[in-house]
Amino acid sequence: MNRLGKLESEQEPETAPAPVIDSLASIRDMVSTCIQCGTCTGSCPNAFAMDLTPRQLWYNVLRGEKETIFHSKTFSLCSVCYYCTLRCPRGLPLTEAMSALKQIAAKENLAPYKKSIRFYKSFMESVCRHGRVREMELMTLYFISMKSPFLPLQFAPLGMKLMGKGKISFEIPSKGNGALKAIFRKVEELEKKEEK
Amino acid sequence: MKYLYYPGCSLEGTALEYNSSTRAFMQELGAELMEIEDWTCCGASAAEATSHLLSLALPACVLAKAEKMGGVEEILVPCSACYLNLKKVEEKIRKDPELLDKINIILAEEKLHLNGQVRVRHFLDVVANDVGPEKIFARVKKPFINLSIAPYYGCQCLRPYSVFDDPEEPRSMELIIKATGAKIHHWNMGGRCCGAAHMTTKPEVALELVAAILKAARGADAIVTVCPMCQMNLEAYQKKISGMCKEELGMPILYLPQFLGLALGLSEQDLRLDLNLSILKAFLGKWMLNLTSVNRNKNEIKN
Repeated sequence: MNRLGKLESEQEPETAPAPVIDSLASIRDMVSTCIQCGTCTGSCPNAFAMDLTPRQLWYNVLRGEKETIFHSKTFSLCSVCYYCTLRCPRGLPLTEAMSALKQIAAKENLAPYKKSIRFYKSFMESVCRHGRVREMELMTLYFISMKSPFLPLQFAPLGMKLMGKGKISFEIPSKGNGALKAIFRKVEELEKKEEK
Repeated sequence: MKYLYYPGCSLEGTALEYNSSTRAFMQELGAELMEIEDWTCCGASAAEATSHLLSLALPACVLAKAEKMGGVEEILVPCSACYLNLKKVEEKIRKDPELLDKINIILAEEKLHLNGQVRVRHFLDVVANDVGPEKIFARVKKPFINLSIAPYYGCQCLRPYSVFDDPEEPRSMELIIKATGAKIHHWNMGGRCCGAAHMTTKPEVALELVAAILKAARGADAIVTVCPMCQMNLEAYQKKISGMCKEELGMPILYLPQFLGLALGLSEQDLRLDLNLSILKAFLGKWMLNLTSVNRNKNEIKN
């Protein structure tokens, strides 16, 4: 690990915030026995749209190449199908490692992943407020957070169809009863403790 | 048969018909479903993309509430994403008592406690193994004659935990579908990914995946699904994908309990076929036509 540690400090001394280094270490542990066979890449349904293949992503994780990793779309394109986890000859938890990278991007609010981050955060916001996700509120929160006046238009035809069927109804985002607020708060508290 | 029931958020919104048809189908078979009181969201795929601990705490909340119900130890879950989230906690706490302690510190905020006594079951698992094809066969009133069905499993009821089916070559739906008289459309897309939430944030990627599935389904009369996300992705964008691929790729998509319920003689109203987004008219027409022609032949033979 010495050699890798050296590379890290040589290549991006000041750009990376401290938490990224720490959490990347735990992801490196997850894939530490990767033999670079490429079974993950061959199994990934979204590999065609990725800039780095999953195999290349793990190589960069092993080398601690944060710049490359967090400028790549790869982990945000994981649709959590678990084919790579199922087939990895080393039995590595690759889907979980992908999610761990998404978690770092969400915590650091990294710009390249704005769309997914805002969508997932809008989702969790609705859950925290009401205990259950309200699909229409989720989309409204997402549109508001994206601040793009044209984005809702993309979803208008489907939205109208669903409303016509009475599956969703127009909902103004509301505070709700804060059904899961205590759980969310406790989780955050424990996570902060672990970071220290 | 008695189960705790976790519908999950989608089944109260965009997948209402999955909820109605699951309840109607299970009732027809004499099973009792007890909805978990005051259930909350499992975190879907969003919790895992934001916080690992939250992605365990949210399903743990549901499991703890299920334990509080007492008496019944199995939870029936129709949504594959909910199923996997709940299953993951069930599996993880069994192997990791320290994690269970940590989760219980969080749950204490809501005066909940988890022991790990309930077992999470997917709807498909329950239908394939607890109900079984024989029981369905014995109750079929309106068989699907000369209709070919493509079974679509999606990802999360199969992987990473291979509980009731082969995660590479799933077949658990085949005998149940055959029990209704229908034929199986053999394809290798049953366990492929539909793109899940990418349809919202990265539609260009998800549309490709769904296009490949719809193309492989050509020749089938319908696709049957067991997940609200798969159902939505397969049926809501058919026009767009047909335009994209410059060929007609429209395909009736039914939830498994809707399909089975029809064969058992349940009404279209009970199964909420009016809520499906794909066009079912041709499929239902062919079904009825084949039924009446078979009945006519039978009568002619009798006379």
